[in-house]
Amino acid sequence: MKKVMMGNHAISYGATLARVQVIAAYPITPQTQVVELLSEIVADQKLKAEFIKVESEHSAMAACIGASSAGARAFTATSAQGLALMHELLHWAAGARLPIVMANINRAMAPPWTIWTDQNDSLSQRDTGWMQIYCQSNQEVLDSVIMAYKVAEKVLMPVMIVLDAFSLSHTYESVDIPDQALVDKYLPAFDYKYKLDVKNPHTYGGLTTPDWYMEFRIKMHEAMEQALVEIKKEAPVFQKVFGRFYDTVDPYMVDDAETVLVTSGTAASTARFAVDQLRAEGKKVGNLRMRVLRPFPFADVRQQLKNAKKIIIVDRDISYGYHGIWAQEVKSALYGHSQVPVFNFIAGLGGRDIFPETYYNIIALVEKKDKPDQELYWVEVKK
Amino acid sequence: MAKDRKKIDFKKMEELPPMVMSLRSMAANPTGSWRNLKPVIDLSQCIQCTICWKFCPDAAIDWIDGNPVINMDFCKGCGICAEECPKKCIEMIKEGK
Repeated sequence: MKKVMMGNHAISYGATLARVQVIAAYPITPQTQVVELLSEIVADQKLKAEFIKVESEHSAMAACIGASSAGARAFTATSAQGLALMHELLHWAAGARLPIVMANINRAMAPPWTIWTDQNDSLSQRDTGWMQIYCQSNQEVLDSVIMAYKVAEKVLMPVMIVLDAFSLSHTYESVDIPDQALVDKYLPAFDYKYKLDVKNPHTYGGLTTPDWYMEFRIKMHEAMEQALVEIKKEAPVFQKVFGRFYDTVDPYMVDDAETVLVTSGTAASTARFAVDQLRAEGKKVGNLRMRVLRPFPFADVRQQLKNAKKIIIVDRDISYGYHGIWAQEVKSALYGHSQVPVFNFIAGLGGRDIFPETYYNIIALVEKKDKPDQELYWVEVKK
Repeated sequence: MAKDRKKIDFKKMEELPPMVMSLRSMAANPTGSWRNLKPVIDLSQCIQCTICWKFCPDAAIDWIDGNPVINMDFCKGCGICAEECPKKCIEMIKEGK
């Protein structure tokens, strides 16, 4: 069934179809409608789940950790300061190997106080052990929530579904809601082997000496490597059931492209419009949309960028005193594999729009240079 | 009383569960040895209200044959039971006396 809906509601429908059993969340702009609709769905008894109202995002994740430890499929959603408040428990969820799925609506961090999009909130949680999936359409958001549980429950690591504030969260698009029967077949009920059991009581997460701590960390890293395999494996399976294909990266006209714009989130959709226009002018430009940040898809990135003569990474985020965060990631993957010059542009922070013109300006600047003469370039800033 | 449960013993990486879990039920791991004060219940005054049992933060009060019994293998001597007892029939006395 097709329905026109906002990105936030696509998350709610995705979680409902995944038959989540516990939802614990605290409202924050621009995430509010996610939990608003979920609370209605639960209250109307269309989803058999516990909806737990909590006093903070720290508690929301704590409740999800408790629920997941007891074997329930747990879900939450947040944004920016809320995600930052969860930080300690993001580590806990991953270290305790709980397959929790959450949605994070990308909102720029304060101060200055803001509600508009950029990716610094989620990218700052890069090293917590959560998978991160960046979406560019409401359909992808709904589908990704369902796929996330499949992968998370296989490897026992949590997943964060990430989407831009307003340009996706509050934008209405036509979304195909898959049949519940199909989703049930694709995503069966989860039987958690290590769940809390009063008949066989154990404590979890207790003091671990230097004798064994590292071994548990190795297991987390191996699980993330396996997650990459599972994401690749699930892509054609999901396509067969639902007709839509989602890989770790999403290339657009990169095969013969001399210049590739590497982007993520909704900024990629705009990049594709710009690529079409530039192609009409005879310029060989392509777009590589980064979809999965963790586990990082090294092989796919190297493969997709192997023919490029110039690589431009447009970051809607910044690591102060270094590069954009996606630029660090992609450059690190290319090191020792490619000699191609990589240009890093910072654009659209705090929700400033990224227009097709933004990309034309970037391409025009890069055309004049053989290689970057600055560590990074700021786009369209006041002089 | 502490229960004797079989201890899981890990030797190799592949035997490890994915996350840290106790090697057995904590009921097999007595933790009351560092207590300074111990609660003593005057059962002749006790009204079996279960408040001490509910308030014990370490679940160290068992309910046996209709009466509270302090499990000294786990009691840390915090005194919350004595404080909360409405009949004030739990006394905290110095260990070793």
